[in-house]
Amino acid sequence: MILKPQVNDIKNIGYYLGRIILGIGLTMFLPFITGLVLFREPSPALDFLISANIAIFIGLALSWLCKTDKELHTGPAMVVIALSWLAVMALSAIPLLLSGHYKSFLDACFETMSGFTTTGLTLVQDLDHLSRTHNLWRHLGPFLGGQGIAIIAISFLVRGASGPLNLYQGEGRDEKLVPNVIHTARFIWAISIAYLILGTIVLGLVGMSIGLKPQRAFFHAVCIFMAGFDTAGFSPQSPNILYYHSLMFEIVTIFFMVIGSFNFNLHYQIWTGNFKEIWKNIETRTFLFVIMIVTLITMAGLKHWGVYSDGMILFRKGFFQLISGQTTTGYMTIYAQQFIKEWGDLALTGIILAMALGGCACSTAGGIKMLRVGVICKAFRQDIKSVFLSPNAIVVQKFHHIKTMFIEDKQVRAVLIVTLGYFFLYGLGTLVGVGLGYPFLESLFESTSAAANVGLSCGITDASMPAILKVTYIIEMWAGRLELMSVFALIGFFVAFVKGR
Amino acid sequence: MKVKSFFFFVMLCLALVISSSNCYAQTSTSLDLINDAKQYDGKTVNYKGEVIGDVMIRGDYAWLHVNDGTIAIGIWAPKTMIQDIRYAGDYHKKGDIVEVFGTFHRSCLEHGGDLDIHASEIKKITSGSAVIQPISIKKVYIGVCSLMLVLLFYVLKKYFQSR
Repeated sequence: MILKPQVNDIKNIGYYLGRIILGIGLTMFLPFITGLVLFREPSPALDFLISANIAIFIGLALSWLCKTDKELHTGPAMVVIALSWLAVMALSAIPLLLSGHYKSFLDACFETMSGFTTTGLTLVQDLDHLSRTHNLWRHLGPFLGGQGIAIIAISFLVRGASGPLNLYQGEGRDEKLVPNVIHTARFIWAISIAYLILGTIVLGLVGMSIGLKPQRAFFHAVCIFMAGFDTAGFSPQSPNILYYHSLMFEIVTIFFMVIGSFNFNLHYQIWTGNFKEIWKNIETRTFLFVIMIVTLITMAGLKHWGVYSDGMILFRKGFFQLISGQTTTGYMTIYAQQFIKEWGDLALTGIILAMALGGCACSTAGGIKMLRVGVICKAFRQDIKSVFLSPNAIVVQKFHHIKTMFIEDKQVRAVLIVTLGYFFLYGLGTLVGVGLGYPFLESLFESTSAAANVGLSCGITDASMPAILKVTYIIEMWAGRLELMSVFALIGFFVAFVKGR
Repeated sequence: MKVKSFFFFVMLCLALVISSSNCYAQTSTSLDLINDAKQYDGKTVNYKGEVIGDVMIRGDYAWLHVNDGTIAIGIWAPKTMIQDIRYAGDYHKKGDIVEVFGTFHRSCLEHGGDLDIHASEIKKITSGSAVIQPISIKKVYIGVCSLMLVLLFYVLKKYFQSR
């Protein structure tokens, strides 16, 4: 029998949803103040004042009307997370819509969902004339969403014992760096802000050395860092990373993309002096192995098609797009159309594979994740071994992730369910794309890019694409970022609300 | 014979004029260049659009980006060639409209495989200008009124919660 959610459950959801909306409303004051004082762009700044007020009003109203002292349980916490991402998408889209650079509210919602989920697919019109205030918000989205919307609320706005933990886990994270989840959330912010300062300085200096004026160089640096470390792939100029025409800029960007796609737990180990963990960890090992395989496939494809005549150029172009896909960032040093027109099917397959597998768990990256890939490989090895050994033999398989663990069937089942869910998402977008008349490989490429929160595009994503495809990609980005479970919880909640007794 | 030679000479001149003008005759769009990059590779092209973003000086040369309304393409030009360019478009400025004549590279060997145009001539067609963005009074009213409403709501919330 399905139980109908009680009033207290709904109030609980409303209260925490209100706190998260309040948090997003308050962050909108950052572009408001920066736009007004630093950029001297009063009109765009006003867009943020209006939007912040709307968000704060809704947040305050919800948390007042639904005030409760009850702890938030796992199920409702997942519903809060799923709903909060939709609410944040809609509210954050208001200032973008007011900028006049988006054809519709749906396009602005697509942009914010793409930003907050660290995807990086864009529908902006005339990006090169967009105000710096709006551009800052486009790049701040990935920085907030990459760490996690719930992380903002947990760090500053939510109190209690189980509530914050359930919110944290609802966002697709199940690893705590320190025993207390609030301290874990704050540590994630500390790491991210430390890297933000470092990244902005390094990219700013590189920007100046390649001919950008100091103020412009540091603005570009902060934007590129936020979208690079948080594996989003947005850029302040339309040619993306190709704009800079600099090997040094590409190398620094690759470095930040890679560390952004690493597990926050690994960062914590490095920060606490445990450098050995880098080489022992199953995720870094799987990451290196997968990179080698997809590099071979992509390079072979590029070589076979004779895309680049020079070996160094082939490696530079091929590796940048590949690492961008693998880390699920989506930065590009070629034009989207070149993927389809020049790269050939084999190289594209390499990139699609890299995007589908993605970065590390508990990071800003998307996709199936290296931890799951590693566990599946180990479980597969265990099964193969047990076939060849005596029927009475007990085969155990270990893996190292922060600590050494034995692979259990329950764990493999959970990993396979999420992996299957990702394949379903990749297939869903492909099916819709093909149904709308796009070629199969292009549809698969774009769908994988959306669901794995990558942002590489082969040209399908455009303001002129059908609304149904925009909605499909929004759903894919949302479900992909939340690793599906919170979305299933939301569906289950609605079913229980309608059918429950 | 003389008449024949003269006729041949006139035809040759005409052919040369026509063929040379054909090199630059049609302005290529960014989509033409990117979609048919292999066809245009190494050819002399004529590309027109607005200078956007930054002019990045690199020694005796500079990078600039010209957007024809669809996509911006990188232009590599000697520094002396860009002295006329005063405005590069952004939120505060409308960039100079220029016509670029130069060699198109699908994958430039000199620049790490970037798709670019090496300019041999840049003509400024229209000068850009600073853009004064008007402040909407309606936005000011809505912003201030909504801020007051939120503050009032917050005070009321605190008042009722304290009772």
